Amino acid sequence: MNFVVPIKQVPDLVEELELNEEGTDLSRDTVKYKINEFDDQALEEALQLKAEIGGAVTVLALDGEETDKMLFTAIAKGADRGIKLMGDFAGGVAMHAAAKAMAGAIAAIPYDLILTGVQAVDDRDGQLGALLAGYLGVPQVSVVTGVRVESGKAVVRKEYSGGVMAEFEVDLPAVLGIQAAREIPRYVAVSRVRQVMKSATLEEVEVHNAAGDEGSSVRRMMKPPKGSRAQMIQGSPEEIADKVIDLLKAKGLKK
Amino acid sequence: MNEIPTREIFGHLPLWAQLVFYAVSALALAVFVYGFWRRLEKYRRGRFVNRFDNLGQRIMGAAKTIGENRTLFHRDAYAGVSHFLIFWGFIFLFIGTVIVFVDHDVLRLAGWKLLQGSFYLWFSVVLDVWGILFLAGLGMMSARRLVFTLPQLDYQRPDSRGGKVDRSGYVRDDHTFLGLLFFIGVTGFLIEGFRIAEQMPAFERWSPVGWLIAKGVNRLGLQPDVVGLHVSTWWIHAIVVMAFIAYVPYSKAMHMLTDMANLLFKDEMAARRLPAPPEKSDKAGYHAITDFTWKELLDLDACTKCGRCHVACPANAAGTTLSPRDLILDLRTYADATFRTSEWFQQRFASDSSWPHGGNGKIDVAQQVIRPETLWSCTTCMACIEACPVGIEHLTHIVQMRRNLVDAGTLDSNLQDALVNLGEYGNSFGQSPKTRGKWTQKLSFKVKDARKEPVEYVWFVGDFASFDPRLQRITCAVAEVLYRAGVDFGILYDGEKNSGNDVRRVGEEGLFEMLAEDNIKMLRKARFREIFTTDPHTLNTLRNEYGELGGNYVIHHYTGLLAKLIDQGKLRFNKKLNYQVTYHDPCYLARYNRETDAPRNLMRELGLHLREMPRCRENTFCCGAGGGRVWMDTSNEKERASEQRIREALGVGDVRYFVTACPKDYTMYTDAVKTSGNEGKIEVKDLIELVAEAMS
Amino acid sequence: MSQDVYVVAEHFKGKLVEVTFELLGKGRELADARGENLIALLFGHGVKNLGAELGAADRVIVVEHPQLESFNPEAYSAALVEVVKTKRPAVTLVANSSMGMDLAASLSVGANLPLVAYAVDVKWEDGSLLATSQLYGGKLYVESQFVGAGVVVSLLAGASPADKGRTTRGLPQVEDFATPPLGGPKVRFKQLIEPEGGDVDITTQDVLVSVGRGIQSADNLPLVQALAEAVGGALASSRPIVDSKWLPRTRQVGKSGVKVKPKLYLAVGISGAPEHIEGMKDAELIIAINSDPNAPIFDYAHYGVVGDLFDIVPVLTERVKS
Repeated sequence: MNFVVPIKQVPDLVEELELNEEGTDLSRDTVKYKINEFDDQALEEALQLKAEIGGAVTVLALDGEETDKMLFTAIAKGADRGIKLMGDFAGGVAMHAAAKAMAGAIAAIPYDLILTGVQAVDDRDGQLGALLAGYLGVPQVSVVTGVRVESGKAVVRKEYSGGVMAEFEVDLPAVLGIQAAREIPRYVAVSRVRQVMKSATLEEVEVHNAAGDEGSSVRRMMKPPKGSRAQMIQGSPEEIADKVIDLLKAKGLKK
Repeated sequence: MNEIPTREIFGHLPLWAQLVFYAVSALALAVFVYGFWRRLEKYRRGRFVNRFDNLGQRIMGAAKTIGENRTLFHRDAYAGVSHFLIFWGFIFLFIGTVIVFVDHDVLRLAGWKLLQGSFYLWFSVVLDVWGILFLAGLGMMSARRLVFTLPQLDYQRPDSRGGKVDRSGYVRDDHTFLGLLFFIGVTGFLIEGFRIAEQMPAFERWSPVGWLIAKGVNRLGLQPDVVGLHVSTWWIHAIVVMAFIAYVPYSKAMHMLTDMANLLFKDEMAARRLPAPPEKSDKAGYHAITDFTWKELLDLDACTKCGRCHVACPANAAGTTLSPRDLILDLRTYADATFRTSEWFQQRFASDSSWPHGGNGKIDVAQQVIRPETLWSCTTCMACIEACPVGIEHLTHIVQMRRNLVDAGTLDSNLQDALVNLGEYGNSFGQSPKTRGKWTQKLSFKVKDARKEPVEYVWFVGDFASFDPRLQRITCAVAEVLYRAGVDFGILYDGEKNSGNDVRRVGEEGLFEMLAEDNIKMLRKARFREIFTTDPHTLNTLRNEYGELGGNYVIHHYTGLLAKLIDQGKLRFNKKLNYQVTYHDPCYLARYNRETDAPRNLMRELGLHLREMPRCRENTFCCGAGGGRVWMDTSNEKERASEQRIREALGVGDVRYFVTACPKDYTMYTDAVKTSGNEGKIEVKDLIELVAEAMS
Repeated sequence: MSQDVYVVAEHFKGKLVEVTFELLGKGRELADARGENLIALLFGHGVKNLGAELGAADRVIVVEHPQLESFNPEAYSAALVEVVKTKRPAVTLVANSSMGMDLAASLSVGANLPLVAYAVDVKWEDGSLLATSQLYGGKLYVESQFVGAGVVVSLLAGASPADKGRTTRGLPQVEDFATPPLGGPKVRFKQLIEPEGGDVDITTQDVLVSVGRGIQSADNLPLVQALAEAVGGALASSRPIVDSKWLPRTRQVGKSGVKVKPKLYLAVGISGAPEHIEGMKDAELIIAINSDPNAPIFDYAHYGVVGDLFDIVPVLTERVKS
């Protein structure tokens, strides 16, 4: 079975996000990137499936600052093939354009099950999975937390709210937007990544950045309006506890 | 006629009997040599490691340690005295036997005789005295085993395999060994007594024990039978001695040889400087028993099950599945099964045990022989190595197996998060590196950026001291004190990363190298004379491990630096503090780096009254945070080491402060005071807080 | 091309979901601003009766088919694309929910329309639409403008009050839409899997003490459990705790967990990711304890404590007990 995992770099929220002068984008040269955490989940699920039923895992990503490291890390974790989509993708890329570029590249390789992160922190114009499925003309299910493959079909669990899940059977090929893998994404030792960087090579495929096709553009970015900020309670733990108890009493929760 | 004091060898034994004796001796020796050779073969299967450097120094060091039984007196004087008596008793009796052999089987052929005259008399008295001391030592040891119930001699396993493992073999081994030695000693004296009883030559008063026995024999009216008694006892004695010789390489008795070798080849830097991974290996860490070095295989055989590590180990005390003793013994059983060098007295695993029975060398040592949970329980406090009288390097074994686990991704999710953060941001807190120097904003002055201007000292602050909100206050106190003392120092701000000491001990070697290389690169950019830190863990790796990666520094712990400033008159206190305090020596300061005096001198200068806990200086306990434990889920600990330590501190009497000098200690013990319900009874202080108080 | 505003009504187990009314409320605003109609779209099988509850809309368009009985990403998307292609509304509002995420992006590709997701607001400004999305984990708001007409916007739950969507203007006219080909079926609904019962139902509790990543390790859970017991409530959590398997999934509050409205929500060591906020922001009294003064949770809590939970929680437990 051929598993394809499109992965994407996103700004690291640990770092303070700075805006450019016009306030229309992040100040891209100050941004630190990392893999989208949900893509990491998708990769883990793909690797688990590979271990379970056999097959090969191909990871692909648009060229960017962290792409090589991301792809090599995925290979070190157990992916078989890494493809870097070359094009003008500096800075943020719209999901429509990303999905189009990826659909083109994926169409050229064998694929049965495409697993990608359910969402990302910056997918303003929609989630990659469903867009990708649309361009490839294959079925998709998103918010998936459980995947099995049975007699050439995927049986997936889609999460609704309240802990309820819906089970679907999906003909392959298909795209799944993964919310969580069955296990916490695995750790890969630094020495393994270093080793892979020395021994493995990434394939490069030229793709087109169809920027603008998403039909919308960013007019402005801003800090969210501060809500009704909490009234802060200060003092020693004892004083704090007493004040909290007063609140509970006022609410009738404690006599 | 003036009798020349001497005695007949093989008295009353006809030639045929003498020949039988030689034949039995030859057979016993053959069995010994075979067993010995099998052991050597086993060590030859281990990976090569060079422990033949500085041989002269090694021999001198080992001879001193062994001769004095120094490591045996450490932490247990009773065992030290007993062993000293047995050890030297055995050696004297052994030398005596060799002299008899040389005299009778070599010199006699040349017509010489040594054992006569005054030499014979001195020989007799020395051997009799040491023979008695030998028996006394054995008696003391037997009492230890049979009368005292010592926790270190309890072979109960701390892990869930308890019921599946039969360790009665070990008990038989201990008793056989002691019993044989005792029997040999006693029958030796009896032979002497019977021999003397036959004619009672006056000069045999020089064999006081034999003389007394002879008198007793005669008083009992056994005089007519002494020849028969002598011959039969002689045979029993001789056979048992030969059996003992044959038995040595298959039993605990082998420790007489393996432990000498182990002490000779031990690494003085063990644990302080972990070995780099073998260059040509594609696998990280230890998987098969053949990945172990010959010295590590020797470690396994060196263990006498004395249990000193078992009772010193904080992971064991906390109730986890780790006991350093059992770790070594399990590996030994597995190694013996693999190399087919089984001892006569082994622990046995039940047939339904998941632990491999035959040991085909194919199973993973870190996953199946020792289990991951056990390996992850280690706090790398080094108490086991410190306590071990025979130079076993438990910690290296553990870290090498952890490297395997890290490579296989068998690690707990909290630790995984920490490692990911360390790789991503250079700190385990998952904070932006840019905020590393943020704590300095609370100071009354600006801390120099050592990357931009020359300083006398670079302060390597460390993760916890930089990011933990509870510790920032202490970090600031250090800065203020040094500033007031006029010390010229700076920090690396966001150029500093976690030193990697605990990352390395977790087994993430690649990440350690990455962090160390980045730090070394950054330190190269700075102009400074020396380094200091408040974190003993950082101190250890910078001092002992960075060198191999090209970073050679003079590095101080802040307590050492402050002690120096006092000597130079740069640090003055305005008042004496007069508090009763106790002091917890941080593992990485006291054990790893042998720094126990500076903090004590400092406390004296402050006017503090130090009341030592029973476990202090190099024998200190552990807070439970080292070796990456601080990043792991520790729910397998039944009573945390830190809480036990607080109990110990409360036991020394009326002390106001529990003083430490390590950021991790401060957080661990502050928590422990709360969780053990001892708030208000004792308060945790970093030494710097008291320094600051005395200066105010 | 019409100027109408369309809203995809989301229903589950025969009932309209809360977010549907939020969408209707926002849709109403947009339609009224231009004097246009608000149309609700209802897909399903035997769901026509739900139309009566969609009184905030001017009309309800219903597509019925057995294949639409339960939500199905493929069939629902096919129906939605067909309706939108035929009717060509100015705006289609979809919930940014598990179901809506499948629909919005499929519609965007299927009908070739622009899409903006994670919207917390959408409005007309100088004759064109402006959507504001909450991105970067809630750290930034992003305003999007559109090229051309006919757009899809997926709205986050809680973006607009539901009350407005509940105010009815009388029984809406219900219009059947001929069922288009629904494709495949390549995606087949099999079953619903309910969470395992037996555990506390946190949605019915008056008091919830909820833990997040700040708890650091599973062995610290008893500390918070003790507090929950002392205040007579149950233990809840944010997603990471459940993902680490420290607590069962039934305790998870938030987008993929449950929405709760207790009298007291005590958030311990929860930073407040948007997905979590969605599940608890309607609690009557929210008190948050967190060591990071900049944690977003303090923007939603009524009272906040900046400090170490390990210092505060035991003392609080002790004092509540006495």
